[in-house]
Amino acid sequence: MNAHTDTHDEDHEDGHAGGTLGSYVSGFILSVVLTAVPFWLVMTGALDDRTLTAIIIMAFAVVQIVVHMVFFLHMNTTSEGGWNMMALIFTLVIVAIALIGSLWVMFHLNVNMMPPMQPMGPAT
Amino acid sequence: MLSQVWAFLFGRLSFESLPFHEPILVVTFIVVALGGIGLVAALTYYRLWSYLWHEWLTTVDHKRIGIMYMVLGIIMLLRGFADAIMMRSQQAIAFGGSEGYLPAHHYDQIFTAHGVIMIFFVAMPFVTGLMNYVVPLQIGARDVAFPFLNNFSFWMTVSGVVLVMASLFIGEFAKTGWLAYPPLSGLDASPDVGVDYYIWALQIAGVGTLLSGVNLVATIVKMRAPGMSMMKMPIFTWTALCTNILIVAAFPVLTAVLALLAADRYLGMNFFTNDLGGNAMMYINLVWIWGHPEVYILILPAFGVFSEVVSTFSGKRLFGYASMVYATVVITVLAYLVWLHHFFTMGSGASVNSFFGITTMIISIPTGAKMFNWLFTMYHGRIRFELPMLWSLAFMLTFVIGGMTGVMLAVPPADFVLHNSLFLVAHFHNVIIGGVLFGMFAGINFWFPKAFGFKLDRFWGLVSFWFWVVGFYAAFMPLYVLGLMGVTRRLRVFEDPSLQIWFVIAAGGAALIAIGILAFLIQLFVSIKNREKLRDTTGDPWNARTLEWSTSSPPPEYNFAFTPVIYDSDAWWDMKARGYQRPLDGYRPIHMPKNTGAGVILAGLAFLTGFGLVWYIWWLALVSFVALIGYAIAHTFNYDRDFTIPAEEVAETEHGRTALLGAGA
Amino acid sequence: MASTHVASSEAIAADNSVPVFYLTEEHAHAPGGATAFGFWIYLMSDCLVFASLFAVYGVIGGNFAGGPGPHELFELPLVAVNTAMLLFSSITYGFAMLAMEKRNIAHVQGWLAITGLFGAAFIGIELYEFGTLIAEGATPQSSGFLSAFFLLVGTHGLHVTIGIIWLVTLMVQVRRMGLVAANRRRLMCLSMFWHFLDVIWIGVFTFVYLMGML
Repeated sequence: MNAHTDTHDEDHEDGHAGGTLGSYVSGFILSVVLTAVPFWLVMTGALDDRTLTAIIIMAFAVVQIVVHMVFFLHMNTTSEGGWNMMALIFTLVIVAIALIGSLWVMFHLNVNMMPPMQPMGPAT
Repeated sequence: MLSQVWAFLFGRLSFESLPFHEPILVVTFIVVALGGIGLVAALTYYRLWSYLWHEWLTTVDHKRIGIMYMVLGIIMLLRGFADAIMMRSQQAIAFGGSEGYLPAHHYDQIFTAHGVIMIFFVAMPFVTGLMNYVVPLQIGARDVAFPFLNNFSFWMTVSGVVLVMASLFIGEFAKTGWLAYPPLSGLDASPDVGVDYYIWALQIAGVGTLLSGVNLVATIVKMRAPGMSMMKMPIFTWTALCTNILIVAAFPVLTAVLALLAADRYLGMNFFTNDLGGNAMMYINLVWIWGHPEVYILILPAFGVFSEVVSTFSGKRLFGYASMVYATVVITVLAYLVWLHHFFTMGSGASVNSFFGITTMIISIPTGAKMFNWLFTMYHGRIRFELPMLWSLAFMLTFVIGGMTGVMLAVPPADFVLHNSLFLVAHFHNVIIGGVLFGMFAGINFWFPKAFGFKLDRFWGLVSFWFWVVGFYAAFMPLYVLGLMGVTRRLRVFEDPSLQIWFVIAAGGAALIAIGILAFLIQLFVSIKNREKLRDTTGDPWNARTLEWSTSSPPPEYNFAFTPVIYDSDAWWDMKARGYQRPLDGYRPIHMPKNTGAGVILAGLAFLTGFGLVWYIWWLALVSFVALIGYAIAHTFNYDRDFTIPAEEVAETEHGRTALLGAGA
Repeated sequence: MASTHVASSEAIAADNSVPVFYLTEEHAHAPGGATAFGFWIYLMSDCLVFASLFAVYGVIGGNFAGGPGPHELFELPLVAVNTAMLLFSSITYGFAMLAMEKRNIAHVQGWLAITGLFGAAFIGIELYEFGTLIAEGATPQSSGFLSAFFLLVGTHGLHVTIGIIWLVTLMVQVRRMGLVAANRRRLMCLSMFWHFLDVIWIGVFTFVYLMGML
């Protein structure tokens, strides 16, 4: 039974900590680049267009999060029989609902309920 | 000088904090104290302390923890119901210039405590207790994934309970309503300790709830018996899985929002204040992002109970297993898309309100599908009207009414009229009592013989059932009427004498429910007294369908001597149908986790931390918090957490059961 | 795991008509077999705590109440240095995990110590930043924006602090017990925790600092 337990243990480690030196280093280099570029964009004001800059740095953040998930947290569709990925996707959906929903709800509330913010007139 | 020393030692706690001026509380305290002294004396006299400590308080056995959760729920039901009956009698007499018998500040605490206790410390312990007891047995596991964590979770819940109960006699509880909306719950409007008790009780209990959610998700995902694929899981386990996913994904929001409220109150921050850029509406928004999933956290396990009960007592496989699973999963996701219907009137405008109104109406579809599944399961079934089945039938009738009034409230224009009225109060009592509570009573009557080896007394069960059901209708149907007349909730006195009759009827209903609760306690007492007559030696008194009925009643510590192999969602039914022979030898030693007192100690320290924070006794809060962290770290240095039950002991237990089965046959 | 179970039980059922309803061998769910998954679930719930704090920051982060806003307060070079600390600590924790797989205790301890130092540097810089802000009069009490800022960034910092305490505890435990299965499991959980905090920090520096300075 002991042997069985041990193999079990190893299996589950293999499924998890499957990082190699190469993957850690490439993950690191990628995330350095993905961090440096947004900082550079904002600190130098290289782009005149603020909206464009905002979109770019948000895109970089999303990519960097994926990089960390893959290279450092070793996310893939097979670990723990896919349950890790499933839990992550569910969480992301809930996070998105809570964030976008709150902003949407509160924005509309402010528009409707704070008259000084808009010229006097018929409410929308 | 002396006052400074006092302030350092006791914070804002003083003799005035003790409610000597409140005769109701003094009498309650005397009764509680006498009861407590009697209990301690009895435990000492019968030398039960050691047994209690070693076998129960420190246990990591999911079955015993489950039973302790149920006991906690029953005790708190009595407290919560005492609040209810005080409110009902106050509202029934406070007419025509009468102030009733409850002063405003006391009445406000009562309706707050009633809501908080019934949701967090009655419904939650019942639901968690049932899941704890049943799920590992249904999936053929020896225990939950993290047995010590399970014990710790339970004691954190108790710690929150003790904090709420302490507020009854030391200081006071919140006067804000059960969700403590700011700015009323802010420091300006509520400078006293009530809201602080509220915050820390819920934070401490919340840690327990969250960890128990993590624990049960991991248990269901990782520890199912061989052969039990997801679509062969019993429905109760499915609903437990979805409920715990909801717990894990909703309670953090409550934790965060209460932490922010605490930051406002303790650190002078401006999240929900009226000035300096705070936004009180954000609290309401966030608290309902937790609050709506919470109601599904409560109702889903009840749906699971009804599914098991209806299929067992109709003698049929559950109609539409797959659709039941999909309905449960759809409810789980939709639970996050409807929260705004709790504050349509806040003023987010037509587009936002229509979106949430429509999602709310959509969520009634999977619920309706479930209702049809239960009806079709009964159709052409050979129904046995045992107690659990009666509760299920009462549920079906009652819950449909509650669901329909819910859809009415989901229509934003209608909600503008009904918001914060007694119609709303009637609606949510209709679904919580008619759904969750009836479900818990069905579950208790159903699984009690599994847990203790004898059935519950039928006569007193019937008395309890009828008084509860009739009492419920008498107590809450008048509130629908009053709500439609425009009476708002949480009122203490009334002007219009024509309303009084409805409140008197409602109070009468509450009295009937009181008899129902009393009959339930008598049912427990009588059943224990007549346990030999009610004894079940088969382990399967209902001719049931799922795996928990394949082992003995009560199950041995290790649940199953051999790990079961599953071929069907109704695994035990399948085993009985295909001539399963119980193994009589070849027992193996079994690896089990050891009991530990760490959970009790950690939760005790958490209570002291909370108490120190409530009363601004900073040294106590700091010392006990540091001790809490230190003890938790020290606990991780203990690597020796398991022991092995020798094969001989397993054999002895199993031979005992063989003898019982032989005698019964 | 469940899928292999199904396969094996169906194979049993198929080979003859008498089904096997129990395993005669002890079916070991290895102690701690669910730990990594359970911890992942916990992290998901922690993720939602941060989501709530981000939502609050999104909603009241623009309420300066006549006080200073991000442009007057944030020092991006400092934040960049801080981000670098966290990134370095990530790769060094990765090296610790690699050393753990080779069962090299000395290297594990070394890399853990370096990781802890980077983490401490991160906390030190963050405290310095907070201290500067408060000295300038930009206290958490002064506006909704600053309350949300301090609580969001502070909660992340609190998590890193807990991570450091945990890391020190684990170093002691590895020294005492060696790289036994329980300790390897714990190192793995801390690894998940540590990298998870990185991911949160990406959100913090992007949404709070960079977007604030735009």
